[in-house]
Amino acid sequence: MGKTVAEKIFDAHHVDNPSGDIHVISLDAVFCHEITTPIAINDLVARGKDRVFDPSKIKAVIDHVSPAKDSKTAMQGKILRDWAARHKIKDFFDIGRNGVCHAIFPEQGFVRPGFTIIMGDSHTCTHGAFGAFAAGVGTTDLEVGILKGVCAFKKPQSMKVEIFGRMPDGVYAKDVILALIGKIGVDGATNRVMEFCGSVVDAMTMDQRMTLCNMAVEAGATSGICPPDMVTVEYLWPFIQDQFGTKEGALEEYSRFLPDGDAVYTDTITMDVSGLAPMATFGYRPDQVKPVSDMEGTPVDQVYIGSCTNGRLEDLEIAASILKGKKIAPYVRGIVSPATPGIYSKALETGIIKTFMDAGFCVTNPTCGACLGMSNGVLAQGEVCAATTNRNFNGRMGKGGMVHLVSPATAAASAIEGKICNSPLYRLPE
Amino acid sequence: MKNFNGDVLFLDRSDINTDEIIPAKYLTENSKEALRPYLLEDLSLDGFDPGRDISGKSVVLTRSNFGCGSSREHAPWAFEANGINMVIASGFARIFRQNMFNCGMMAVELPRDTVEIIFNKFNGQKTSITTDMEKMAFTFNVPTGEALEIPFSISQYDLSLVKAGGWVEYADKNY
Repeated sequence: MGKTVAEKIFDAHHVDNPSGDIHVISLDAVFCHEITTPIAINDLVARGKDRVFDPSKIKAVIDHVSPAKDSKTAMQGKILRDWAARHKIKDFFDIGRNGVCHAIFPEQGFVRPGFTIIMGDSHTCTHGAFGAFAAGVGTTDLEVGILKGVCAFKKPQSMKVEIFGRMPDGVYAKDVILALIGKIGVDGATNRVMEFCGSVVDAMTMDQRMTLCNMAVEAGATSGICPPDMVTVEYLWPFIQDQFGTKEGALEEYSRFLPDGDAVYTDTITMDVSGLAPMATFGYRPDQVKPVSDMEGTPVDQVYIGSCTNGRLEDLEIAASILKGKKIAPYVRGIVSPATPGIYSKALETGIIKTFMDAGFCVTNPTCGACLGMSNGVLAQGEVCAATTNRNFNGRMGKGGMVHLVSPATAAASAIEGKICNSPLYRLPE
Repeated sequence: MKNFNGDVLFLDRSDINTDEIIPAKYLTENSKEALRPYLLEDLSLDGFDPGRDISGKSVVLTRSNFGCGSSREHAPWAFEANGINMVIASGFARIFRQNMFNCGMMAVELPRDTVEIIFNKFNGQKTSITTDMEKMAFTFNVPTGEALEIPFSISQYDLSLVKAGGWVEYADKNY
């Protein structure tokens, strides 16, 4: 019987099968941030187990509240910082060098096809864009990952998601994943891996694949996975050239993790994007999705462009192309958070940051802040935000606030109009 | 083993997410006890008042996809800090479910129809539950004297986590 990508990765990392369908696997990387890791660290210290399985495989960043906004968040940063220092964790990213975890870790070359990765963060599924099995876990799983380099999972079943057709202009990976979640629901992929394939996925850049995989968890998926190909190799090339010599050699090695033709999936979803329009959420669940045109005219108080979903360079470029030479509506607060210093720096060089500023946007440092209502753009009761983020839960960006999830293009256009609207890059099908 | 008996808090809605269970602004706390006052603070559920309804409850009964969203283990901790060690639902999000067992707590899935029957029979009444771990059965009781026994199953692995009090000691010993 053939195997899925996730099954092949599990086979290559098998440690134990303690009972039934539970499999303990070895981990290639454990990612950490300052919100869920400090409690794991404190617990390890209290148990007299303040150890790490391999400091070179642990990567840590302060990203959720940066700079610290109060004494409590300052202490969370300090616990992580001190721990990284005492265990000689070389890849630790503090303020000035820090970025949103799911953007900076791939950018640093820490993700490879076939890797197993956990993090105390549900959007860890983002890294599946590289053909890795990457899953969000709670603090206890994280703690064991740090201590022993293993994690237990139910044997992963996969759902095949085939995306084909011609992407209309002005429609993006964000619209695709919103439409998909709208179709299968917020528990449509629970306890399963979403394995993406099809011509649309093949044609996507790594930035777009990360957007796609990032929101797999909003349908309940354990991980989203894009099988590795030459696009993956090209992205990783600066980090892997010494290891492989040729790109073809790298691709051949990574092809070990491609799914077999007779792999077994729980189900197959096919999606033709040819008629897809820009999408937006309208309620408090990410599967409450409809075309932006059905929501046109909804006034917004704030527009937020950033996060692990859509804070990468391509996202900023698209938004800036719409904002160029324009001003955002006078009563709208525009906030953009480039997801990493690298992205910020490139956006400065290419004039994107100036475009945002000239349009009236506030440009913040890289941080998760506003997306989960912790800092840098919290909503007041009754306020509405068009956001390029991933969750529209009740209270997510601030108690009593409403979040409409959209693509960077829709966000930029909505900032100019002061109301939710389609971007000028989108043309209605004839 | 933790306590899995006591009064039931009925939460009659699907897709209750972790931001509703414990909002992100409280994730700066470094102790479980500090989360206690904020459990279910942002829950959207008609007629639900966290200040009035949580006190004295030991078990939650709810619908499908409970605990979806964030990976925050603060969600089980906020329940634990309020004396609630078990959630019974017609379905769970993966990370929340695993977090519960990793903490030595229980997230027990029952068939949708069974959950429907329990809601229809007991929601709105003061209902208590006793959990027989040997027999793997719940007994629901109401003051009128009516009782209902419902069998449940959890895997041997999950049971071993509940008995061991969590995953850290288990893993450190075995791997």
